[in-house]
Amino acid sequence: MTSPTPLRFHVPEPASRPGGKPDFSGVSIPKAGSVRRPPVDVAPEEIRDLAYSIIRVLDHEGQPIGPWVPDLSKDELVAGLRHMMTLRTFDARMQMAQRQGKTSFYMQHTGEEAVSCAFRIALGPDDMNFPTYRQAGLLIAHDYPLVDMMCQIYSNANDPMKGRQLPVFYSSRKHGFFTISGNLATQFVQAVGWAMASAIKGDSRIAAAWIGDGSTAESDFHAALVFASTYKAPVVLNVVNNQWAISTFQGIARGGSGTFAARGLGFGIPALRVDGNDYLATYAVAKWAIERARLNLGPTLIEYVTYRAGAHSTSDDPSAYRPKHESEEWPLGDPVIRLKQHLIAAGAWSEERHKQAEAEILAEIIAAQKEAESFGTLHSGSKPSARDIFEDVYAELPPHLRRQRQQIGV
Amino acid sequence: MPRMTMIEAIRSALDVSMQRNDDVVVYGEDVGFFGGVFRCTQGLQQKYGVSRCFDAPISECGIVGTAIGMAAYGLRPCVELQFADYMYPAYDQIVSEAARLRYRSAGDFTCPLVIRMPTGGGIFGGQTHSQSPEALFTHVAGLKTVVPSNPHDAKGLLIAAIEDPDPVIFLEPKRLYNGPFDGHHDRPVTAWAKHELSEVPEGHYATPLGKAVTRRTGESVTVLAYGTMVHVALAAVEETGVDAEVIDLRTLLPLDLETIAASVAKTGRCIVVHEATLTSGFGAELTALVQEHCFYHLEAPVMRVTGWDTPYPHAQEWDYFPGPARLGQALRNIMEAG
Repeated sequence: MTSPTPLRFHVPEPASRPGGKPDFSGVSIPKAGSVRRPPVDVAPEEIRDLAYSIIRVLDHEGQPIGPWVPDLSKDELVAGLRHMMTLRTFDARMQMAQRQGKTSFYMQHTGEEAVSCAFRIALGPDDMNFPTYRQAGLLIAHDYPLVDMMCQIYSNANDPMKGRQLPVFYSSRKHGFFTISGNLATQFVQAVGWAMASAIKGDSRIAAAWIGDGSTAESDFHAALVFASTYKAPVVLNVVNNQWAISTFQGIARGGSGTFAARGLGFGIPALRVDGNDYLATYAVAKWAIERARLNLGPTLIEYVTYRAGAHSTSDDPSAYRPKHESEEWPLGDPVIRLKQHLIAAGAWSEERHKQAEAEILAEIIAAQKEAESFGTLHSGSKPSARDIFEDVYAELPPHLRRQRQQIGV
Repeated sequence: MPRMTMIEAIRSALDVSMQRNDDVVVYGEDVGFFGGVFRCTQGLQQKYGVSRCFDAPISECGIVGTAIGMAAYGLRPCVELQFADYMYPAYDQIVSEAARLRYRSAGDFTCPLVIRMPTGGGIFGGQTHSQSPEALFTHVAGLKTVVPSNPHDAKGLLIAAIEDPDPVIFLEPKRLYNGPFDGHHDRPVTAWAKHELSEVPEGHYATPLGKAVTRRTGESVTVLAYGTMVHVALAAVEETGVDAEVIDLRTLLPLDLETIAASVAKTGRCIVVHEATLTSGFGAELTALVQEHCFYHLEAPVMRVTGWDTPYPHAQEWDYFPGPARLGQALRNIMEAG
């Protein structure tokens, strides 16, 4: 009788931990321009390889190469660069405001600016995003007032959310930005429902769902893929793989599947993987998926390969769970620097203009911050009314809430 | 006036609502072509087409999650969860999302959604087809919870729920689908046709949410009931001869406290009945409210007659079910107390 083999329990580990050397040798990066661009009506089974590759447009010198080079004018690209710079500066100022005690919490986008800024430009004005907490580029690239964003972050008297939501949990129907939830992944399946509604009504609006690598493990993600696949919903399913879910590396949610994009294949959903730090590639892939949705060809799953260069939020310190200088080693670089480099190479931008733009943006954000702070911050100045606690629970105040409101005398 | 079973009345409410408003869509597991396992949606797909009434994958999270997205879009989805016992995968979507869209977005997004689900036992459904989870909904700010006890109310309340601007949990006592069950499981089944509340107008009418109704006027004790327990209460009162006032709450939230308080102030005694488990059940809320609002009128402690704090058993269903014998004993006890 042979003795049985003892079973082994497997827990994936990242390539490197604090104290170790950053190691991205496992991230295979194809050459810019090397991935083919299929027609939008391609059968999903014919592009299975695209779920395992990375679509890239900008090469190391900032030159756009290959079939995915998008049709964006120099002015549009300069505007895109300014959106990303605005988001980065906005983040820096709000991070500092949190450290100064002006608000309770903040979440930065550092390194991921291209994803939401480029996607917004590809989308139509009547479409709807169902974002997570790290897509404020969808608002900034759609001219949502910075002052309103800051008032939300400060939970002050002018907070459009009336002080009810955590900082950065914005909402603006007018700007195609669905109210953010802290319960991860719930929005992913709601986006599919919104898209189904548009199709039921015979309208032409589409939805965009957003989720991070870690939250794809939630059942809502899988339900969203089933419903999107079954009803061919006009929705773009965006997975932002920034490598880290707080302290948990992406391998814990991904498991044995090679990529997050590959999750779409079993559902018959075309899946693309794109360099999320390449503004041009991100825009081009978004455009492809959006066109599919508009042409009644159904959903597309996109994995944006990027890197969260900062902390998850103001409440964690990444040096406790990953090598301190890991972000500097990220092989896909920085989205702002890469687009800047491209525009300079194309003769549409210069170091001087960049510096000047940085100064203008900083001045604009400081002015917005001054105005926002004139309406109060979390712990000083004017606040939303205690009355606002009771409003909007229902369309009409029911008797039991009326009694409770009377108890606190407002 | 036509007579309808509860199933026919619910179907009629859906039909009338879909007829009046193109934005009303109906879906769920087995809901489309087949018309639902309890037949509540029979014929709706044939009449309104597959884009208004369709089958859904077996994913309560997906059904409710997509319905929230549709409601945010501007539709009026009325989805079916096949059994209330199956709602748990959808609970995050119901509690964290449907209930809070209006609040967290300061009215920027709203969720006019109805989630229908058959509730309660008495059909030998075992622990996964018999639960009464109403307290899990009444505990959540932003939801309304409705439990009809008869065909006439079922139709009017469902129409009101579909027209309501906020999410409504619509619990359908499945033991009442085909007849007014009074808890006497060993007697022949009664059909709705003989019951006055099976007279249901064919057209549109809405029964306002948040209004209770007194089913029997009495002077000695107030019985607060909803769903199946309304019929059990009426039987127990009849059999004991206690002059009880039986109030059918119809909507648990918002609750018609005025009707309850006026009745208990008159009778001085109160029994709360429900089929759900006792501890932290909706009866606990009712008992506390009666105590807060009627304390100086009370002549005896408020009593609760409920299901036991156990999972719903299969073979021992009738030992679990709070039938007329248990309620009858409570009626006699409360009249001797105080």
